[in-house]
Amino acid sequence: MATHQRIDVSRLGDVSIVKFLDKKILDEAGIQELGLELFSLVEHDNRKAILLNFADVEFLSSAALGKLITLDRKVKAAKGRMKMCHIRPEILEVFQITKLNKVFDIRSDEAEAVAAFS
Amino acid sequence: MSQPVPADTWRREIDLPSERGVSRLVTDDLLEQLGIHGWSPSDIFAIHLAAEEAIVNAIVHGNKLDPAKKVRVSCEVSAGRVCIQIDDEGEGFDPAAVPDCTLEERLDVPSGRGVMLMRSFMTRIEYNAKGNGVVLEKIRVPADA
Repeated sequence: MATHQRIDVSRLGDVSIVKFLDKKILDEAGIQELGLELFSLVEHDNRKAILLNFADVEFLSSAALGKLITLDRKVKAAKGRMKMCHIRPEILEVFQITKLNKVFDIRSDEAEAVAAFS
Repeated sequence: MSQPVPADTWRREIDLPSERGVSRLVTDDLLEQLGIHGWSPSDIFAIHLAAEEAIVNAIVHGNKLDPAKKVRVSCEVSAGRVCIQIDDEGEGFDPAAVPDCTLEERLDVPSGRGVMLMRSFMTRIEYNAKGNGVVLEKIRVPADA
């Protein structure tokens, strides 16, 4: 099991639940690290059901969006599924402006998102 | 920045080095002043995002992380208006040539969303002719408007 600096990963059945340890995801070095940790879930740990819980995230930049898009592509390429939940309204607006709400499967809370995997 | 400004306007002008992660040298104070001047959390989020995107663009794409080049950031914050001017020493770019990131075929491209977010979250954004300077302005909308 890899040691993570930017995320906390737990399991609920087959679903890997990812929580972000940074409230503000904007520092470029941090985003780079975050990307590597997220990608390793797919590429190294072979996780097929990933839920990103944004409950603790107050801010993210477009560079962070880029990592989420790349992660989504990697998950789909590995025939896995990714969902997101607990996104605060300001960040949801970012997804809506960029139309990424069409790309990502966004659910209101963890229970709904976990249920949607089955 | 030619408009008349209220007496309690906070102003800051700072030259940032062309290094990653330096935006906080100005955004920490900017965010504090937005709070002091009564801007709402959602407006503060919007202004923070726009400023962050513009500063990172200036450092990374404008000055290309050249340590010999600076990014000048000038801020004005009052209760009704925020204006942030960001100038780099790069060759500039044509903002009209940035592809629309919301086109179906570009939705999964990982980059190219910063300018759209700036435009969406601010009242006005205006690049200079060369494309190496941008003014971000937000006019506060009263809560009961």
